[in-house]
Amino acid sequence: MAKQDALFKYTLRLGDNALILSQRLSEWCSYAPLIEEDLALTNLSLDMIGRAQALLKYAGEIEGMGKTEDTLAFRRSERQYYNNLLVEQPNGDFAFTMARQLFISAFELYFYSEMEHSKDKTFAAIAAKTLKEVKYHLEHAKDWVIRMGDGTGESHYRIQHAVNELWMYTGELFEMDDVDKDLIEQGIATDLDAIRPLWNKYIGDVLETAALIVPENGYMQTGSRKGIHTEHLGHLLCEMQYLQRAYPDAKW
Amino acid sequence: MVITTYSKEEILEILSAIADPEIPVVSIQEIGMLRDVVVSEDGYEVLLTPTYTGCPAMGIIEADIKAILQEKGIASVKVTLIYSPAWSTDWMSDEAKEKMRKYGIAPPAHSSCGSIFKTEQEVVCPHCSSQDTEMISRFGATACKALYKCNSCKEPFEYFKCH
Repeated sequence: MAKQDALFKYTLRLGDNALILSQRLSEWCSYAPLIEEDLALTNLSLDMIGRAQALLKYAGEIEGMGKTEDTLAFRRSERQYYNNLLVEQPNGDFAFTMARQLFISAFELYFYSEMEHSKDKTFAAIAAKTLKEVKYHLEHAKDWVIRMGDGTGESHYRIQHAVNELWMYTGELFEMDDVDKDLIEQGIATDLDAIRPLWNKYIGDVLETAALIVPENGYMQTGSRKGIHTEHLGHLLCEMQYLQRAYPDAKW
Repeated sequence: MVITTYSKEEILEILSAIADPEIPVVSIQEIGMLRDVVVSEDGYEVLLTPTYTGCPAMGIIEADIKAILQEKGIASVKVTLIYSPAWSTDWMSDEAKEKMRKYGIAPPAHSSCGSIFKTEQEVVCPHCSSQDTEMISRFGATACKALYKCNSCKEPFEYFKCH
């Protein structure tokens, strides 16, 4: 695999993870259970759209075909997206959103801590910036998961249910293919095998504090590294891309 | 070709008049977003760093920079966003923090952000200087602020988060 090709795909993957989760979280705007939570979820969403912008802009530069971050966000179809299946899962109830956030933010904390030392200067810079933001996201998700798990019978049931349902999407976070191997050799990408035990330990500790049971590792969903997604991504893209698809290059 | 008539320092001086759109009492220089100016034959390149990656004020600031330089007849201006080194509240001067406090926003508590979650428990009320304050939400009306209330004077206030 050519170096540029691997780097392009890898950058898309990181950018897509930020973009799709940002879009999901923005769906909570004006629907959150508390006004403070409305602010919090949209703040998280804003951090992620900023990260997606930086990463997709970089992806466009790597590819060298003159695509901007907007072209990449609004003119690719489902099969050309490489985000993890976990980020595209519907918001569900508040417990679902927070369980998903806990899994992802913990992953991102360890992921970007490694990437801060990447030989790719753009990655290292974006990672340093992202890391400061992710610490806040993770603390927020952790607080809520503990509060719900250790809360009422209803909240405990809901958060345990969310953890159980989403668990099968967590294996994919750590999947590596030729793109990863190429870039790890060059000191650019993060070795996901190395951060997996840290993630397991962190999640195990939080769930224990929250009086929740860590699900057993059964069948794990997979596909996004090849652009194969759950049905939910298509619906999300329909809404996100509608305007640019209907009125290409529209500006206002 | 552009005839360079302004030095880097002069451009920085002009730009230091631009206020942060969210906190108009401090300038983009005081808050640490304005990093540098590169003067070349092609014109002037202004290096800016965002406080947060998704900071929506960046577009406004870019427009402000171009507008203020345009007034001086400087047209070849390029604004470039840089991410490294990552912006930190450590770059804020004590003077800027004091202006912020007078404006009603509690400035970042410590100069170093070793433990964000420890510092956020020690926020001092910008109105009555009481230390008896309580966090209402870690996220506020802008990405850089959290919501607090003071248990002494009962006033709600915003805290500029350590970053």
